[in-house]
Amino acid sequence: MMFDLSGMTALVTGASGGLGSAIAAALAGQGARVALSGTRVEALEQVAGGLAGDPVLLPCNLSDSAAVDALVPQAVAALGGKLDILVNNAGITRDNLAMRMKDEEWSQVIQVNLEAAFRLIRAAAKPMMKARFGRIVSITSVVGVTGNPGQANYAASKAGLIGMSKALAQELASRSITVNCVAPGFIASPMTDALNETQTGAILAKIPAGALGQGGDIGAAVAYLASREAGYVTGQTLHVNGGMAMI
Amino acid sequence: MSETAERVKKIVVEHLGVEADKVTEDASFIDDLGADSLDIVELVMAFEEEFGVEIPDDAAEKIGTVKDAINYIETNKG
Repeated sequence: MMFDLSGMTALVTGASGGLGSAIAAALAGQGARVALSGTRVEALEQVAGGLAGDPVLLPCNLSDSAAVDALVPQAVAALGGKLDILVNNAGITRDNLAMRMKDEEWSQVIQVNLEAAFRLIRAAAKPMMKARFGRIVSITSVVGVTGNPGQANYAASKAGLIGMSKALAQELASRSITVNCVAPGFIASPMTDALNETQTGAILAKIPAGALGQGGDIGAAVAYLASREAGYVTGQTLHVNGGMAMI
Repeated sequence: MSETAERVKKIVVEHLGVEADKVTEDASFIDDLGADSLDIVELVMAFEEEFGVEIPDDAAEKIGTVKDAINYIETNKG
């Protein structure tokens, strides 16, 4: 089987959300043992209940730097002493026009979406360097490349992930550690379900595929980048957006 | 040669894949032994593990030669 992840271990942040749970399911479906991190314990338990391969729960608030620094060592211990795959999926939005954006709306988004990812990668690089193997995938967004009004903070954090991943890809390539991003476009979620027909129609008009993406589309992209077969792919951003932006 | 020096040299030989006789006390990791900056990070991690010492970043930056490593470890190990 291609893209077989059996025997591998993974840590997924934001695993209680729609995308995070789909990513965790994709990795577990390929045979990886997954540690699920998130803030909502009940939601994590629900996700874990549907997963194969004895998942581990690691509740963590990514706006708490000390908790973030402790997360990778906790995952390594819980997963039997090794971490092959890190997926930085957790992200928040605090949308506002830049002229009205408050300092904390800016800094919270940068802290959770970008700084926490850096801290987790820095910690994960250590065991991965020793193992001479690692797969780091960060979930960025199409708006990190195209921009979006009302999302100066979010777009900056997502563009930051792309640049940071390129730098880290160069630092770690000689140790067989790859660092990549997946950039979803519009993916079906409770948020898009709440849109009315006019709003949905306006979005779909921009997507050549004529449909919203599904969580599984993102999970499959992550599973590919996490696989042994993707070992020669590093520093890249894989856009999964139905053709709405071709970059 | 001290026991610490022997163990340090063994780690350097294993990690950098160099001939043991090239690992003199005056040898520079980067200039003489072909290490890159990532190799230095890994060597420091290996020394920390082998000797149970903490080598903070500012101390690690000053370790340029085999002798520097041996001296730091002998001064700081528990």
